[in-house]
Amino acid sequence: MRLACLAFGLGLLAQIGLAQEIEVEAHRFYEGTSDSVVRVISTADLDVFEPFLLEFQRTRPAIGIDYTVTSSTELHRAMTQDHTFDLAISSAMDLQFKLANDGFAQSYRSSATDSLPAWASWRNLIFAFTSEPAVVVISRDDFVRQPKPVTRQDLIALLRENPARFQGRVGTYDVRVSGLGYLFATQEARASDAYWRLTEVMGRLDPQLYCCSAQMIDDVASGKLALAYNVLGSYAAQRIAEDDRLEILVLEDFSNVMLRTAIIPQSAQNVEYAGALLDDLLRAGMRDTPSAWVLPPLSDRRDPLPAAFGPIRLGPGLMVNLDQLNRRAFLDAWESGMEQR
Amino acid sequence: MITQTLSIGRRLTLLLGAIAALLAFLSWGMVSSFSGQAAARTQDNVLAASVATIAETLRSEQGTVRLELPYSAFAMLGAISEDRVFYRVSVAGETLTGYDDLRGGRIPEAPGEVLFDTLEYRGETVRMASISRVVLAGREGASVTVSVAQTRNGIAAVTAGLSRTAAVLSVAFFVLAAALSAIAARASLRPLNEIAQSVSRRGPSDLRPIRRPAPSELAPLMTALNRLMDRLGQSIRRSEDFITEAAHRVRTPLATVRAQAEIALHTVTGEEEKRSLRRVIRAVDESSRSAGQLLDHATVAFRAEDLDRSPLDLSDLTRAVVESLSPTAEMKDISFAVTTAPAAIRGDAILLQTALRNILDNAIKYSPPETTVSIQVTRAKAEVQVEICDQGTGLGAGPVAHLTERFKRGDNVEGVVGSGLGLTIAEEVMRAHNGSLTLRNMTKGGTGTCVLLVLPSA
Amino acid sequence: MRFLLVEDNLELAEAVVKRLGLDGHAVDHAACLAMAEDCLAAADYDLILLDVMLPDGDGREFLARKRAALETPVIVLTARSQVSDRVGALDQGADDYITKPFDFTELEARCRAVLRRRGGSARNEFKLGTAVFDPNSGTIVQADQTIDLRNREIRLLEVFARHPGQIMSKSQLLDRLFSHDAEVTENAIEVYVGRLRKKLDTVGVRIETVRGLGYRICP
Repeated sequence: MRLACLAFGLGLLAQIGLAQEIEVEAHRFYEGTSDSVVRVISTADLDVFEPFLLEFQRTRPAIGIDYTVTSSTELHRAMTQDHTFDLAISSAMDLQFKLANDGFAQSYRSSATDSLPAWASWRNLIFAFTSEPAVVVISRDDFVRQPKPVTRQDLIALLRENPARFQGRVGTYDVRVSGLGYLFATQEARASDAYWRLTEVMGRLDPQLYCCSAQMIDDVASGKLALAYNVLGSYAAQRIAEDDRLEILVLEDFSNVMLRTAIIPQSAQNVEYAGALLDDLLRAGMRDTPSAWVLPPLSDRRDPLPAAFGPIRLGPGLMVNLDQLNRRAFLDAWESGMEQR
Repeated sequence: MITQTLSIGRRLTLLLGAIAALLAFLSWGMVSSFSGQAAARTQDNVLAASVATIAETLRSEQGTVRLELPYSAFAMLGAISEDRVFYRVSVAGETLTGYDDLRGGRIPEAPGEVLFDTLEYRGETVRMASISRVVLAGREGASVTVSVAQTRNGIAAVTAGLSRTAAVLSVAFFVLAAALSAIAARASLRPLNEIAQSVSRRGPSDLRPIRRPAPSELAPLMTALNRLMDRLGQSIRRSEDFITEAAHRVRTPLATVRAQAEIALHTVTGEEEKRSLRRVIRAVDESSRSAGQLLDHATVAFRAEDLDRSPLDLSDLTRAVVESLSPTAEMKDISFAVTTAPAAIRGDAILLQTALRNILDNAIKYSPPETTVSIQVTRAKAEVQVEICDQGTGLGAGPVAHLTERFKRGDNVEGVVGSGLGLTIAEEVMRAHNGSLTLRNMTKGGTGTCVLLVLPSA
Repeated sequence: MRFLLVEDNLELAEAVVKRLGLDGHAVDHAACLAMAEDCLAAADYDLILLDVMLPDGDGREFLARKRAALETPVIVLTARSQVSDRVGALDQGADDYITKPFDFTELEARCRAVLRRRGGSARNEFKLGTAVFDPNSGTIVQADQTIDLRNREIRLLEVFARHPGQIMSKSQLLDRLFSHDAEVTENAIEVYVGRLRKKLDTVGVRIETVRGLGYRICP
């Protein structure tokens, strides 16, 4: 059965194998005073997550934390194969949701989960603890004499009218590789027809495609890119705080807001500690006082987002774009737009 | 004593309560079942809409079947509940997309027809809707089946919630209905209770028909009761008439004999004849007094069985008896010295008068002429006392206690007409009123007998 | 005094009429209620003696019917002795009752008591020398002096007053003065006569002893 479900579930994984080694981007072990270890697999970078983990260990020094960073698709693969983790944290809502729907998550209930708003959890299987918008990051130098685009229409017009300036200097996710990029793209395509025109315009400018937000922001900072589209706002905010060459644009027509979610996998061995860690995460997500942690809470009052645009909904609708036929059709359309040469 | 079975009120309340409980249970069952069906139908409708939406996107592209899962097809499933969703699209049995192991549902024959199945999938019960459509792929038409399944937690939760609400409402309904039943039972029994009360409030000799409006169900009972009372009254009247008639028949001739003897006394001159005539008169007196006391005794025995306990003042009663006996006392120049105090008691006036009359009668009888009989009514705490003392010869040396026994007379009463029943009657009356009668010789200021009556005060 | 006796038993009625006549009372006898009505219409009575059971009705009902228009006191003669019956007779307007068979002395006592209560009439007074004797109130009134007599003295004086100059034997007096429930000797008569003589001293009336025969009054 597991074989069968893998067969359709992850069409993008060309090389399917049983318990294949997963691609680990980073790994760190935080030793505790006892033998207990909670194993966490996450898509969040270490430098983003470390403050939280250290805080957790400060209150529970006995528990060691084994933290593994990987991509959202690798994480999904790890969950559906026989890899043992106690907590899985991912920014790819659709993949996380599908794990929960397909029975790879176990139910968990505590006072923290009970106080979550209804839209931030599903069936006590999957829990959201941040809400993070997708933003545009620009290099200030390139927009000194230029009005900054306010809507996608402005952005399309800007790129179309200044092909020379933006040639090769526009970056976005490679949706074939990045789960989060794919999520942002499919949600945006559903919400606005401007997405395909933007794709087309960007495709003519020899766009740079990335796997991850961090690298895109790096390249904007270095001046290699003038503009990065659909960057994770939380990462960008952290970088801008220390780099004044960067600026965040929040397009006013609409913004995608992603919920970072956590599940306790069915294979979890240390459910108790995973629950404790999850409770702390949820409490951090529901904080209403400013905090040094870069990951924004579920409802961030400081967030300039217009209230009308709620976060992407946790529900079976997310599974539509994971369907292999839909994915194929979407990627075909995307590729034909992005790769015009 | 009447054996008491379960009261009508309680029986009615229990019966109505049981009916209410049954109805409450039935309504709970029905609401639960209906709400379950309604929730299931809602899910079926959404599932049907979902498969229909997906099936509409089926098309043929370069000889292969293509489709595009519409966002709404799944979003609508997420809108009604947080249930897990599985789907499968197959072409001639081969999985095109979705969950390959989602099998076991029936395949709809007719195009557009939606079939529903309930089956086990991944450890949970799911409801599955399937629809078939023929899509032209290449030259041949391919039969494509779209199935969407959803777990039933949502409807189970909805059903359980509604069932719980229905249960709460049913219990509330039951409690209300039970309370109303009790009220209704009490209300419908009120006429019965009122009639029972009005009958029991009556004095023992009140045999008037019950005249009060009664519900039609009680009319036969009332009629029967009235008829019974009427018959009882008639029979009492008849026996009273009989006694009256008998007394009349006996006493009138006695009266005649006595009167004629007295007249004769005046006309005869011989001492011997006079003595005989006096003996006749005394015999007549004796027998009539005996008859009177026997009648009194019967009256006491009869009335004491169902004692009338009306509020009355013993002083008033005593004064009335004294007054009626004063001509008799006057004949012997005996005077009454009466001192009274308010003495409220509850009792039967006729019996108490009979008792007092018998005692005073005795006192007059055994008193020498031109003496005083003192009557003192006093009140002490919870008791009322009447003390009647004469200035006669006293009780003699014999035992005092047995004087009140029937037909016993003192041993120094030669020459006094009396049957010996008087004190017995008085004592029986006292006993019926939870009181007592004591006899004693006067201790100071000469000879004499005192009778002390003690009654509980009201 | 004029009495009306309503009694259906003729022998009893005859005896009562005779006995009350001895005391100087005029007694009309009615054997039924209808006759009683006629008598009441024809004459004025000082007292009515009414039997309860009569051939043409109940005496008490008759009494209840008549009471409003009747001033005359009524004593009911009853054969019953139940208190309820007596009370009933009183409630219906009788002044007193007496149970058959009755002692004539008691009947007389009751009559006197009733008449005394009702105020009496002048018809029953006797002139004794300079004084007036009223047996109903039991007094002898002379000028502004009033002599009270006891019951047996009254009875004795009444007997003498009704038969002025006539010799009354001790035995006669005994029967008139005492009921028969007690053994009384003729010596008792001597005691009462002695007392009466003392009380009549001031009035100027003497009671003579007729040796061997009895007593008589000399006004």
